[in-house]
Amino acid sequence: MATLVQAVRLALHYGEENLGVTDVFGEDVGPPLGGVFTATQGLKTAWNSPLDERGIIGAAMGIAYAGGRPVAEIQFCDYGFNTIDLLKVAGNQRWAGAGNYDMPLVVMTPSGSGIRGSLYHSHSFESWASRLAGWKVVMPSNALDAYGLMLSAIVDPNPVLVLLPKALLRVRGEQKIPGEPDSEEELKARIDAPVGDRSGWQPRWPDVKPHFVPIGSAALVREGEDATVISYGRTLPLCVQAADALAEETGKHCDVLDLRSIFPYDWKAISASVRKTGRVLIVNEDTEVANFGEHLLRRVIDEHFYELLVRPRVIAGKHVPGIGLNHVYEQNTVPQLPVIQDALRAVLTEEA
Amino acid sequence: MPEKNNGFRNEGVALLVPEVRSGRDMLPADRCLEIYRVMVRSRAMEERMIKMSKSGQGYFWIGGPGEEAFNTCLGLQVKKGRGPAYDYLHLHYRNSSTLIAMGMPVIDCIRQMAMTSTDPHSMGRNFAGHFAYRDWNVIPVTSVVEVQYVMAPGTALVQKRLGGDGITIVTGGEAGTAEGDFASCLVWSSRPGNELPILIIVTNNGWGISTPACSQHGEKHIIDRGKGFGIRGEVVDGNDVLASWHAVRRGMDYCRRERRPYMIEAMVSRLYGHSSSSGAQRVRNEADPIELFEHKLTEAGLLDAVAIEHTHEEALAEVEAAVEQVLSEPMPEPSDVEKYTYAPSTVDVVYPEDYTGLPTSGERPA
Repeated sequence: MATLVQAVRLALHYGEENLGVTDVFGEDVGPPLGGVFTATQGLKTAWNSPLDERGIIGAAMGIAYAGGRPVAEIQFCDYGFNTIDLLKVAGNQRWAGAGNYDMPLVVMTPSGSGIRGSLYHSHSFESWASRLAGWKVVMPSNALDAYGLMLSAIVDPNPVLVLLPKALLRVRGEQKIPGEPDSEEELKARIDAPVGDRSGWQPRWPDVKPHFVPIGSAALVREGEDATVISYGRTLPLCVQAADALAEETGKHCDVLDLRSIFPYDWKAISASVRKTGRVLIVNEDTEVANFGEHLLRRVIDEHFYELLVRPRVIAGKHVPGIGLNHVYEQNTVPQLPVIQDALRAVLTEEA
Repeated sequence: MPEKNNGFRNEGVALLVPEVRSGRDMLPADRCLEIYRVMVRSRAMEERMIKMSKSGQGYFWIGGPGEEAFNTCLGLQVKKGRGPAYDYLHLHYRNSSTLIAMGMPVIDCIRQMAMTSTDPHSMGRNFAGHFAYRDWNVIPVTSVVEVQYVMAPGTALVQKRLGGDGITIVTGGEAGTAEGDFASCLVWSSRPGNELPILIIVTNNGWGISTPACSQHGEKHIIDRGKGFGIRGEVVDGNDVLASWHAVRRGMDYCRRERRPYMIEAMVSRLYGHSSSSGAQRVRNEADPIELFEHKLTEAGLLDAVAIEHTHEEALAEVEAAVEQVLSEPMPEPSDVEKYTYAPSTVDVVYPEDYTGLPTSGERPA
């Protein structure tokens, strides 16, 4: 099966061939490197930009204005903070101009912890991004969703931010991308650039097929009657592990929702599950003050207060200035499996 | 005995002044009169909008009195149209004469000042002078100075790839050039092998709100910063119509032909201060490009006191009629708040048409 980052590359290739993508660009995005995480190796429209995040976002907007379909990469979301007013401008152009212009651009950026990235390669961005009205924000937690969300991001005529969970980029999917070769070795031989001299290398793209994950639709990855777990990105597989372990331990079963879209989020799915279970745990790793999970919590309380059986909880990253390099820092700053499992146990077993 | 005037004499006079001169620059008489009328109409409109800001018919005013000479010459030479075959305009909020020169009716500027829902630029959402006009490639103007310089390379990149002679024009004040986005524009427009057809304009009025440029900028000219990137450019007296016309022409010709960037720094006046927030009082110690041009055209025999008065009266009447019309037009409705947030999408299950408020469950809240 393809890894998440290979899935992104296949989606961009499909986008170039079939969905009108004109430019895939950013720092080290073009040859020879093809992206620091290899997401853009071998793509025919990939090119290297100056080391200038504001220039990258601005150029993407200009290309979109002039009729192109750009996919711009910010190498790490940590480096996107100096673009935040440009992101705001990109999100408001259609609204400010009363429909004069669309802004069909995609920005992709690795987000979150999990690669021993220390202060400037570990930050999360979705809570900031969720405040950028006019944008759509998605975050896959597996390869097939990464493929499907990227295709939707490309087709959507609005600015879409694709947050890629760094910790999961090398994780292989459990479901095949349509058209993906049967063996991992064959896929690798076809689309991964060789180490060393790659000047003569050309990818041999598999004939991948369309697969769209609609924006605004969550995936119910575990189903149960006893609690609702809402997560996305790196913490999603941890929530699944916690739910599975607790099913064995307590005999209680959870709905685990992979949100996939931060905005618009699938309130229909969340609402239905909360009504069913009355017990809610929201998990992400962004810092805990004004965390996107708090917004979901506010809506849960506003709209389902009288249906809740126990107090709902949000597990998030600590409100500290950064994630330290020593593993002690990272392990104790952003949610890890034991913390999630303990919180879920409490939600499941607290007396109503 | 001279021959009796048989009607040919006037023609003879016109032939004697077929053009107006300023130093080495020349312009045909009819072009000069066309520019003059746009300048006067723009000024009348801006001055009326200042009154609107003080009389409750609008809130905030910001605009371009003092930049009419340069901005009119710019607007009249734009290759106007929609899409990358035509010029893209990344403007700032002092470019009303550029748009009027291109053919925008003054009423469309006044609609934005009056915040009516008929405002074609922003439906009553944005400040005056914050134009957005897709049919002429006018990119929405923002109050965030300098972001236009970082978007411009994107449109120019598509134009370079397309071929043809469409160029990207970006303009802003000198104070904003301290932002990194100005440097980004220089870097991105001069990448080796990927030079871009961008006319990089800086209108230098010597002020950033209340801060004199000379107290913040050590460089002699803003365009000197282009030299390190090999970007050609020139400084021009932006209050001199003829000099401005030809500077714009040279810059545009170069960008269209060479597909490379060119810089113009136009030294201009700021005749009503920064905006209504600083009082919008008439400044008397800066040159007025309209008065200068009237003097020039009078000297050339193209204008006299009667013609000048008539031109101003005509402009005032046009503006008054527009204001009267606008004040009877509808205001936005509360239901317009979310409108035009999103373009329709086939892959969005929550907002397939447009934004409609926070996602709902499709059921009534419990």
